[in-house]
Amino acid sequence: MRLLNIFAILGMTILSLAHLASCHSNLNIETAQYAVNGQKLYMTNCQNCHGAKGEGLGKLYPPLTDAKFFEENRAQLSCIVRNGMQGEITVNGQTFNEKMPANPQLSELDIAYILTYITTNFAKSDSIYSHEEVQKALKDCK
Amino acid sequence: MIRTLFCTAACVLTLASCQSTAKKLPIIGEREVVQKEIDGKMVTDTIYPAIPSFEFLNQDSVMLSDKFFDNKIYVANFFFTHCPSICPTMQRNLLKAYEKYKNDKRIAFLSHSIDFKYDQPHVLKSYATKLGVDNDQWQFVNGSKAAIYGLSDKYLVFTKEDPNVPGGYDHSGYLVLIDHDKRIRGAYDGTNNEEVEKLLTDIDILLQEYK
Repeated sequence: MRLLNIFAILGMTILSLAHLASCHSNLNIETAQYAVNGQKLYMTNCQNCHGAKGEGLGKLYPPLTDAKFFEENRAQLSCIVRNGMQGEITVNGQTFNEKMPANPQLSELDIAYILTYITTNFAKSDSIYSHEEVQKALKDCK
Repeated sequence: MIRTLFCTAACVLTLASCQSTAKKLPIIGEREVVQKEIDGKMVTDTIYPAIPSFEFLNQDSVMLSDKFFDNKIYVANFFFTHCPSICPTMQRNLLKAYEKYKNDKRIAFLSHSIDFKYDQPHVLKSYATKLGVDNDQWQFVNGSKAAIYGLSDKYLVFTKEDPNVPGGYDHSGYLVLIDHDKRIRGAYDGTNNEEVEKLLTDIDILLQEYK
């Protein structure tokens, strides 16, 4: 019975990974795995404000769809997720100026999962945020 | 015997068809049955709970009272602007209803802030504008702790100041549908997509009562 359960879970994981990978044919299996883990964490920690599709909310909370912003602020993203942020930012040509709360409960690996999910799903990037990259970025937070 | 059966079937059918065409929303809350004397006769009357009169400062620093909602139905909720938990989802969903019925004079929206210290009118104004509210159909109000928290009980919404929850205030995310007589006709979890869809359907059903 227990074995059956394990098989079922394994099967489902492979299926969902395959599903993600097929949506995004250029994602390798590790990136897809990070994104699947990131989706759960996103729903609990980020979705309230940033929305199920990363659409944001009006001019209160920025959308997470600006690939250019992600590229230009790649190292800074880990710091924003962990420490929150204040002050004016421009996303998709729109100015936002609300306070984002810190997320001290998220581990380095959690942040890597979340950033991989956000950038591959909402901004159609294909690169992974590795555990090591997040670790290094967090050391250099201003 | 067979005739009785037919009769029953016909009755049930008529009833069923009747209900499906004229669906009515229930009146929510404990009703009170009172005896009173009218023209020397004792009459039994049912009193439904209703939202009492109120007066709060709104996002334009103008006193807003229950009179604003006379001859309208409205949807009320409780939130605060820097709430990190359920409010953004709840307000995103209420925004859907606001946009659907925008400029429809038969319906209005009312958000009460439970952060009586921080959410001054200019904070509420900035929040409303950034959310995408640009007319007076959706009102944002703030008042004394006693007044707001007291009124939330009447809407059957739980609110509490609690330093142990994120943001400092604990509350439930209900969207409450109120009729012309200020009675509660529905309460919907503002963080649940299915319930928000039901709110949109129920608004249309309630509007039918005032055609």
